[in-house]
Amino acid sequence: MTEIVDILISASFWAAVLRIASPLIFATLGELICERAGVLNLGIEGIMVFGAFAGWMAVYAGLGLWPGVLVALLAGMAFGALHALLTVPFGLSQHVVGLGITMLATSSAYYAYRLALPEVTSPPRIAPFQPLHIPVLSDIPWLGQALFSQTALTWAAFGCAALVALVLYRTPLGLAVRAAGENPQAVEAQGLSVAAIRMGAVIVGSGLMAVGGAFLTMSAFSSFFFEMVNGRGWICIALVVFGAWKPGKALLGALLFAGFDALQIRLQQTPMGQVVPYQVFLMIPYVLSILALILMSRRAEVPAALMTPFNRGER
Amino acid sequence: MTETKEAQDVVLRLSGITKRFGALTANDAISFELARGEVVALLGENGAGKTTLMNILFGHYTADEGTVDVFGQPLPPGLPGAALAAGVGMVHQHFTLAGNMTVLENILLGTRSLWTPGLGRAAARRRVQQLSHDFGLAVHPDARVATLSVGERQRVEILKALYREARILILDEPTAVLTPQESDALFETLRKAVAQGLSVIFISHKLHEVMAVSSRVLVLRHGKLVGEVATAETDRHQLAELMVGAEITPPAPAEARPGATLLRLDKVSTPARGNRTGLRSVDLELKAGQILGLAGVSGNGQGALADLLSGLETPSAGTMELAGAEIPRWSPREALAARIGRIPEDRHRTGTIADFTLTENAVLESYAEAPVAKAGWMDWSAARRAAEEIIETYDVRCPGPETRIRLLSGGNMQKLILGRVLGAQPRIILANQPVRGLDIGAVTYVQQRLIAARDAGAAVLLISEDLDEVLTLSDVVRVICEGRLSPEFPRGSKTPAELGQWMAGQGFDDAA
Repeated sequence: MTEIVDILISASFWAAVLRIASPLIFATLGELICERAGVLNLGIEGIMVFGAFAGWMAVYAGLGLWPGVLVALLAGMAFGALHALLTVPFGLSQHVVGLGITMLATSSAYYAYRLALPEVTSPPRIAPFQPLHIPVLSDIPWLGQALFSQTALTWAAFGCAALVALVLYRTPLGLAVRAAGENPQAVEAQGLSVAAIRMGAVIVGSGLMAVGGAFLTMSAFSSFFFEMVNGRGWICIALVVFGAWKPGKALLGALLFAGFDALQIRLQQTPMGQVVPYQVFLMIPYVLSILALILMSRRAEVPAALMTPFNRGER
Repeated sequence: MTETKEAQDVVLRLSGITKRFGALTANDAISFELARGEVVALLGENGAGKTTLMNILFGHYTADEGTVDVFGQPLPPGLPGAALAAGVGMVHQHFTLAGNMTVLENILLGTRSLWTPGLGRAAARRRVQQLSHDFGLAVHPDARVATLSVGERQRVEILKALYREARILILDEPTAVLTPQESDALFETLRKAVAQGLSVIFISHKLHEVMAVSSRVLVLRHGKLVGEVATAETDRHQLAELMVGAEITPPAPAEARPGATLLRLDKVSTPARGNRTGLRSVDLELKAGQILGLAGVSGNGQGALADLLSGLETPSAGTMELAGAEIPRWSPREALAARIGRIPEDRHRTGTIADFTLTENAVLESYAEAPVAKAGWMDWSAARRAAEEIIETYDVRCPGPETRIRLLSGGNMQKLILGRVLGAQPRIILANQPVRGLDIGAVTYVQQRLIAARDAGAAVLLISEDLDEVLTLSDVVRVICEGRLSPEFPRGSKTPAELGQWMAGQGFDDAA
């Protein structure tokens, strides 16, 4: 037990929690926007992979870091546009389209990687985002290291959560997005286009997912390798449910999962790690997330029209 | 001078509207005008094309031919936004509200450009409260729509239109879900609206409502406008004939001769499931040769009672006796074995399997027994004969027994279910909303069949939200409210208004 306490009072643990949570926050918000508008986006895993690749490749090819993030965003939006086209106006199965997008985006990223770097054995590194030094705050003992020594992209993730919450609950646009996922007929009857709102939400949401992926190559690590997204997209889908489709709660969920993840990495290095196989530690965040999901999602309100296509003028 | 005045007074003009869905002509060259401050009733059976016509006017559908002019300006087709901007508001039959948002948010949806930063809630709330007050539409602006009653939701729908300064209000079957008192309140609101110069199109198939609220009646039949009469110069009988296109005689059941009690519930309760109300210590007796009509606003425990009789629900307290013997086990199979015939509320979801053929649907409750099953194998020719017999006896209009049932109209689907149920010669018949959504011809047919079954000695439980139907058919009436049952009221002992009070929960002994 003392090991756990030691971990919890170390500043590096809390810094790691924020860092691990950042890509999850971006992607969870992206998925949340899609689902709030009524579209389940199972393309998330592949879009994250492609975002990780695209952002990193752009920087490797000579662009700056922020333009690299923009490239990832636009690439994600392109896959989002494909997803939106197939699921919204064509009304195809969101499961099939989503899984198809995941496969397409993942293999496109690997293919492009091989095309761009045919000879390399270990992927080249870029100079990633560095922790921002904030005057005064970063210099507070312990707290400065725990909370205020993050990269700009982590700050952007938290800012994004606030922005999404603000837009969803305080603007006419957010009202329309929420209504489109709850009862598209309500949107139609008030003179708005359900298709435009849903497609817009899927495109923007997919862009955020790709930025989440790009965080991995551009802030957390400094190069791209296969399997690096490693199921984070699927976790984000669970986090949306965990967060009851609310940005604030989803943010908490991402932090909680990141906490478990940071904890298990550190537990592996304690004496306990000598006895218990490391796979058990790897399981911890997933097992605890499932438990939390069961507890939290009982009374969660699913957007009523989630996965229900809407066709104008159909009887 | 008079001519220009008349031209100004016409707020809406439909000219030659035609709409086809495949081979079906839903609207056939329909033209009419609406004047300022009048209530026009659009009367017609289900499938006559009323809703289609209004959906064209509001821009949900695009007409194949014809034009719509609002206040003298042509309305671009297919754009609800354009209709709203021109001053047309529509209260849909199936409410178009987002349940997870507040009343105010639902009203505000789409009223501002999507790129505006704020919602302007405070000013909007004041305006909604003012409108609520002016038109007698009491509803709290910050209540979540999911928590509202059906009547309140309808008020929100009307407020949505009024907030957008609608000058023409379309109401699609507005009273289908209301108690008589709520309907009266709605009519009061409409009178206030008309007094302020609004024009109203009121869609209904209930004749007495049409007579009560409208100044002019347009009758649609099979997509054609077949009559246009001033309400003051017509009567219910004439309207009914126009609507159906033939003389109709409403069923007039003879005096019932109740026999033995076939089913008895003694202080039975069932658990609430999700949003569905359970039963609360209900006593009920169903007697042979008697129709017991259950009136009530939907969602007050009718579903629980129907499930109980269907075998889908078991009592959590109390006892249930069939023909004097307490039931040991209870399941849909046991209910069928006890010869309970079940006409379910939702004929599309629970009554039939949409992609099965008529033959398959006809034997859904008898597939495991002779003659349809022989030594564990289906005898499809026997099943087909059973289906053909139902089609013949119950006048099911269809291309043949191998047709998928989803292609049938609601009335023909219901006739097949009726044939399946009555063909098994049930002792108890559970008829849950047996005529909802059917046209008058089919309604009369189904009701006559139920009366005939009663005369043959079956005990019938008729569940309906249509008080007129309950009063016409039932030998005794009971009212259900929040899972409790009123005492038995013999035929003719209570007026609709008195029953309406019971439906609203007055008169129940709270200790019960």
